[in-house]
Amino acid sequence: MRHVLVIGAGPAGLAAALAASDAGASVTLLDAGDGLGGQYWRHLPPQRPSRRESRLHHGWAAFERLQGRIGRADAIEVLTEAQVWAIETADAVTAQVLLGPTDAAGREARALTADAIVLAPGAHDRTLPFPGWHLPGVFSAGAAQALAKGERIAVGRRAVVAGAGPFLLPVAQSLTAAGATVLGVFEAARPRALARGWLPKPWKLLGTAHKGRELAGYLAHHLAHRVPYRPGRAVVEARGDGRVEEVVIARLDADWAPVPGTERTLAADAVCVSHGFTPRLELPIAAGCEIGPDRFVRVDPDQRTSVEGVYAAGEITGIGGVDAALVEGRIAGHRAAGGDRSAMGSAPRRARAAAELTRRIEAAHGIRPGWTSWLRDDTVVCRCEEVPYGRLRAVAAATEQRSLRSVKLTTRAGLGICQARMCGRTVESLIGADPSSGADTSDRRPLAAPVRLGDLAGLPTAPDGA
Amino acid sequence: MSAIVPWESDPIRPAEPRPLRISVDGAPVEGLRGQSIAGVLLARGETAWRTTVAGRRRGVFCGIGVCFECVATVNGESDVRLCLRRVQDGDVVETRDDTAQDDTVEDRS
Repeated sequence: MRHVLVIGAGPAGLAAALAASDAGASVTLLDAGDGLGGQYWRHLPPQRPSRRESRLHHGWAAFERLQGRIGRADAIEVLTEAQVWAIETADAVTAQVLLGPTDAAGREARALTADAIVLAPGAHDRTLPFPGWHLPGVFSAGAAQALAKGERIAVGRRAVVAGAGPFLLPVAQSLTAAGATVLGVFEAARPRALARGWLPKPWKLLGTAHKGRELAGYLAHHLAHRVPYRPGRAVVEARGDGRVEEVVIARLDADWAPVPGTERTLAADAVCVSHGFTPRLELPIAAGCEIGPDRFVRVDPDQRTSVEGVYAAGEITGIGGVDAALVEGRIAGHRAAGGDRSAMGSAPRRARAAAELTRRIEAAHGIRPGWTSWLRDDTVVCRCEEVPYGRLRAVAAATEQRSLRSVKLTTRAGLGICQARMCGRTVESLIGADPSSGADTSDRRPLAAPVRLGDLAGLPTAPDGA
Repeated sequence: MSAIVPWESDPIRPAEPRPLRISVDGAPVEGLRGQSIAGVLLARGETAWRTTVAGRRRGVFCGIGVCFECVATVNGESDVRLCLRRVQDGDVVETRDDTAQDDTVEDRS
């Protein structure tokens, strides 16, 4: 019997585990969190159960079906609180795992070996810096969403949601459903960009038609709660004494540069900002998978990466949302288990429709270069090492460097505890680095997750290269 | 101010939460079973508990374990991401103040 490892228990990983098991493999499904569902289906934990969880989610019935079938499948082992920190692909595929509470010392170390592995670690949201974004009260939009769904916490009473992309809409909805007043959703893309991205050739979106219904649901919700949706606008500053007290909103031009004279101020105690998503590339890079020029994991129509036995699904192959993740997961799991292509039914066609959605999101909401004009010299760029924009620029100019590696070492930007997960791509674009050259990117990290030195030292055998 | 949805009026109808108690910098703090430690603090309206080298206050930023802004010492172990760590009754949390005391450190404001 083939053994398949699936890493990540969000929509892609759940679909992959089930498809692999249906195709006859034994499966180990791992997630770093202590429950299933990933960020998309984040929910109250079993210690705090609720009866009507479905009210906060889209496709909750689909999640319950997946979870139920996985729970009943004898051939699927589920390991939660399982942090994969390295992957080796020398002979078989091996994942190095620490089992136990987040960041605890002395977690149980295991090396899991399989015939094939499906990587589905997902993505996190990317927030472009702006003056005052380091203040308490500024959150990534994903944080507002995770806390509303997973903790029933509203991050503020008077909240502003801003950035770019369709994700802002469910975040605003979750905030109002948690009792916050959402003062507005400020979308950087202007109406013309939105129309150019979303309106042409609507038949190409047919495979994702229920997304339209989901969107209509958000708009109805926002109308009912009087949440204004303002395209072509951005939060260009957060102000306050020790925490956010007000935000400055400005109109943007088509390049996302603020239009002078259009600033207005809103009193708010929470700002929730996301300008898109960054795929979690640590594990695919550790496994040696080829990353495309778009900086997603390169996969073929069978979700195979460039490395034998390693498959990828979900947001690490392109930001396509839950439908793409589910169908990619199904294909990846099925093929990783050795399943026949002809048994995949409509999955490949649906994968193409989902890829269309990915292209549209980028066309309508992709980051435009004018955003840098809302930065000031004292705007913090690297939050961990507190490197301001002015210093970053001055050091890059004085050392005549555009290499990320050089600027990291001279300014410390990206060298802090988050290991450039937050600022890496921003620093690259601010200094004009060329991440396509391969080695000079912020995506490479020696370890996929933080591991205590004592735990590393305590491993029975040191893995290659560690 | 962050706040928790009162369970009695929450439309998703959660079961009655079960309380627990932890200590934060020596003071007793009430929380609920199933919260993250960050969730316990945010439910009390606390949005910042760490102080950076430059003296800036920080708390949760990404909420999903990526930014490491919310780290604190839990039961003697440093650098635990509070947004990911499920709270246990009796947890001892110590927050961090990294403010540079030495005036040879450059001003980073």
